[in-house]
Amino acid sequence: MNRVLAPGGLVVALLFPLVVPNEYYLYVAALAFILAISATGLNLILGYTGQLNLAHAGFMAIGAYGVGILTVDYGLPFWPAFVAAGLIATAVGVLAGLVSLRLKTHFFAIFTLCVGLILSLVIEKWTALTHGTTGLIGMQPPGAIGPLRFDTTGAQYYLVLAFLVAALWLTRRIATSIVGRSFVAVRNSEALAQALGIDVFRTKLLAFALSAFYAGISGALYAGFVRFIGPDLASESHTFDLLAFILVGGIGTLGGPLIGAILLTILTQSLQFLQDYRMIVFGPLLILLVIFFPYGIVGFIRLRRARGHA
Amino acid sequence: MLEVQQLTKRFGGLAAVRDIDVRFKAGQITAIIGPNGAGKTTFFNLISGFYRPSAGRILFDGIDVTGLRPDRVARLGIARTFQTTSLFDQASVLDNLIVGHKLRTRSGLWDVVFGTSRLKQDERRCRETAEAALEFVGLTRIAHRPAGGITQEERKRVAFALALATGPKLLLLDEPAGGINPDETHALAALIRKMAATGLTICLVEHKMSMIMRLADRILVLDHGEKIALGTPAEIQADPRVIEAYLGADYVAA
Amino acid sequence: MVMFFQQILNGLTLGSVYSLVALGLTLIYGILHIPNFSHGALYMVGAYVAYYFAGAFGVPYWGAMVGAALVVALLAVASERLVFRPLRDAPQLHDMIAAIGLLLFLEAVVQAIWGADFHRLQSPHTQIVHLFGLVAPAQRLLIVAAAFALMLALHLFLQRTVTGSTIIAMAQDREGAALVGIDASRVSMLTFAISGALAAVAAVLFAPISLIYPAMGDLVILKAFVIIILGGMGSLPGAILGGMVIGFAESFGAFYISTNYKDIIAFALFVLIMSVRPSGLFPGGVR
Repeated sequence: MNRVLAPGGLVVALLFPLVVPNEYYLYVAALAFILAISATGLNLILGYTGQLNLAHAGFMAIGAYGVGILTVDYGLPFWPAFVAAGLIATAVGVLAGLVSLRLKTHFFAIFTLCVGLILSLVIEKWTALTHGTTGLIGMQPPGAIGPLRFDTTGAQYYLVLAFLVAALWLTRRIATSIVGRSFVAVRNSEALAQALGIDVFRTKLLAFALSAFYAGISGALYAGFVRFIGPDLASESHTFDLLAFILVGGIGTLGGPLIGAILLTILTQSLQFLQDYRMIVFGPLLILLVIFFPYGIVGFIRLRRARGHA
Repeated sequence: MLEVQQLTKRFGGLAAVRDIDVRFKAGQITAIIGPNGAGKTTFFNLISGFYRPSAGRILFDGIDVTGLRPDRVARLGIARTFQTTSLFDQASVLDNLIVGHKLRTRSGLWDVVFGTSRLKQDERRCRETAEAALEFVGLTRIAHRPAGGITQEERKRVAFALALATGPKLLLLDEPAGGINPDETHALAALIRKMAATGLTICLVEHKMSMIMRLADRILVLDHGEKIALGTPAEIQADPRVIEAYLGADYVAA
Repeated sequence: MVMFFQQILNGLTLGSVYSLVALGLTLIYGILHIPNFSHGALYMVGAYVAYYFAGAFGVPYWGAMVGAALVVALLAVASERLVFRPLRDAPQLHDMIAAIGLLLFLEAVVQAIWGADFHRLQSPHTQIVHLFGLVAPAQRLLIVAAAFALMLALHLFLQRTVTGSTIIAMAQDREGAALVGIDASRVSMLTFAISGALAAVAAVLFAPISLIYPAMGDLVILKAFVIIILGGMGSLPGAILGGMVIGFAESFGAFYISTNYKDIIAFALFVLIMSVRPSGLFPGGVR
C-alpha cells in the first residue's frame, strides 16, 4: 500500500497549493502537517514503545517558546533559534525521561501529566522569561535559506511539508531497524524484552528523547508559522488532540498519525461549531475507538489484508 | 557451568527459596520439579535476574552473576522462556524473531540515521540468525504467517527459537509443554533433546512427569523452597523423600 | 499565632477535600487497577449539578449536595458499564485512553451547557464562628466535620457490613473473591457509585469557598493521583493521610512561600519522591 500511496500522497501535497491557491486552506494544511510531525513523535513513544506520555504538548511548547524567546527577546535569527529550541526540548525530554521511565505504566502516565502541568504553570507564571499569559507576538517568519524565502503562506507550506517528509523518512528508518524492533519488544512485554538482552530503560529513554525532539521541532515550526504563542500551547488538551489523531489513524503505524492529523483537522475546520466543542465528539470518539477499533484506519486496513493472506 | 550456592529468596517473612546448592553440568538437561508453590519459578527468576537473591550466590561459567539485571544475564548467555510468550501478533513469525539477536549487535541510533555498514551487517546477521533458529525448531513453513494466527504448539516452538536467537549457553525453559497434547509434547521433547545435542545446557520446569522421566539427565526436586533431592530419573523415582512430598499433591502425569 | 491557626484550618479544609477525592480514586484503583482519569470530571459534574439544583429549583445547599451525589453516583456506574467494563481484558493503555476520552467529553458537555465562566454556589453557612478565642469561618469547619463523618461512615461500611467486606475482598484478590461467589460486576458498580458520590460531596463542600468552572477538576484529580501514589494505591488510610499532607503542604506553602506556585507543590513533592522511590512510598494493597 505504501508503495503507491506514499508517492501519490506526496505528489498531491506538492501540487496542492497550485491547484488550491486559497490562503486559508494552505494555512490549515500546513497546520495539519505540523501537528502530524508532533503526532508522529508521540507515536514513537506511545505507539511503538507503549508508554503513554501525556507531557508531549509541553515539549512542543518548549520548542515554540525556545524560538519565540530567542528571536524576540534576544534577537537571534530564526534558524539558529530553531536548532537551539529543538535541542532544549530534547534535553528537557531526556531529563524528564531519566526521572520517570523507571515508573510502571500507570505511574508514568500520571507523572507525565504532572510534568506537562508543571511546564504549563511555569510558562504561565514565569512572566519575566515567557511573558506569561500575554504570550509572544510579532515573531518573524522563518529566515531565508539561500535563495529560498519563507515569508508567504505558500512558501511556509512547502517548508513544513519538507520537514514532514523528513520526519516520516526518519521514523520509517527507525521503525524498520533493530532499534525500532526493540521499541516494539518493550511494548509487547518488558519481561520478554529483558530476557532477550534489551536494556528496557535505555530503550524507553531513547524513544522518549526522540519523541521530545519531534515535539520540539514541530513546536519551533509552529512558532515560525503561526507567529503567536501563549501558555495554553502546553495544555494537556493538545496532547489529547494528538492522541485522537494517532488513534484514528492507527497507533503504532507509520502513516497513522499523519492520516489522523489530516482527517481530524479537516473535520474540525469544516464543521465550525466543532472547533469549540470538539471534545464532545473527540471524547466519545476516543472511547469508541479504543473499544471497537483500537488499531485505527491503517491498522484496520492491515488486518483485512492479513486476513486476505491467510 | 552454572553453580548455585546457598541461594535464598525471601518475600517479607516468607522464604520462597531457601539455601539451595546445585551444580548444573554443561550439556545436560536438568528438570526441576516439585509440588505447586515449591519455588520452581522463583528459582528460575533468580537465575535469570528477575529477582534479586536475599542471600547466596550464582556463578555462571565462573562469573558471579548474583543480582545482575535480566538483560545483563541474557547477554552473558542465559536465555529463558516464559509460560506465555507475548508476540507482536500483527507481524510475521520471522519478523518477531529478528529482535532476538539484537543483544549481540552494536548498532545504535546513529547507525540507523546514517545507514552505516555496521547497521547493514547487524541487521543481516539478525535476520540470518532468526531464519536459522526458525529452521532449527522446524517452523520455516510458517515464517511469514502473522504471529497471532499460529497454534499453541507452534507458539511454544517460536518461544524456543526466540531464546535460541540470543545465542545462549544455558537455556531455562518455563513449563515448555504447558497446554499441549501428548503427541505435541513428544515432539517438543525431541526438540529439546536436539537443542541439548548442540551443546546447550538446558534447565526446565515441568509438571508432565513422563516427559521429564524420559528427557532429563538429572532431576532437581524442590519442596517448600528447599532442595530435597537431586539425581537421575531412576534415583528420583525411588527416593522416599520425593514420594512423600508428592503424596496428596496433584500434578499432571502426562 | 492567629495566622498559624488559620493555616492549620486551611490545611485541614484542603486536606479534607483532597482526601475525599483520593478515597474514591483509590477505591477504584484497588478494584480495577486502572487510574481513572475521568474522576476529576465526576468531581466537576458534582459541583455543576448542585449548582443547577440550587439555581433552577431553589433546592437548599445540603439537598443539592445529596442530589449531586446521587446523580454523579449514577454517572459513575454508567461509565463503569459502558466504558470500563468492555475494556476489562484490553491492555491498560486502552483503559487510560478511554478514561481520558470520558473526561474530555464531560468537560465539553458541561462547558456547552453552562459556558466557561466562573460560577458560585452559595452555602447557608456564611457565619464566622468563635472557637477557643480564635476565629473560623463556619463553612471550613463544616467541610472538615462532614469529611471526617463521611470517612468514618465509609470505614464502618467497609469493615462492618457484608457488602463492604466484599469490596475489600475483591480489592485484595479478584479471583479469590469470585471463587467464593462474590459478584464482581456488582461490586465494581457499587465501588464506582461510592467513589462518584464521594467526589461530588467533596466538590459541593468546597464550592462555596472556591469557584465552579469546567476545568476545576483537572488540578484536583492530579493531586488526588499524587496522593494515592504516595499513600499507596488502594490504601484507604494512605489516601486520607496523603490528602492531609498535601493539604497542609499547599496551605503552608501558599502562605509562607508563594501563592503563585502553590499548585506546583504537590507535583514537585511527587516528582521528588518518585525519583527516589519509583514504586511509591507504600507499595502495598488495600488495607
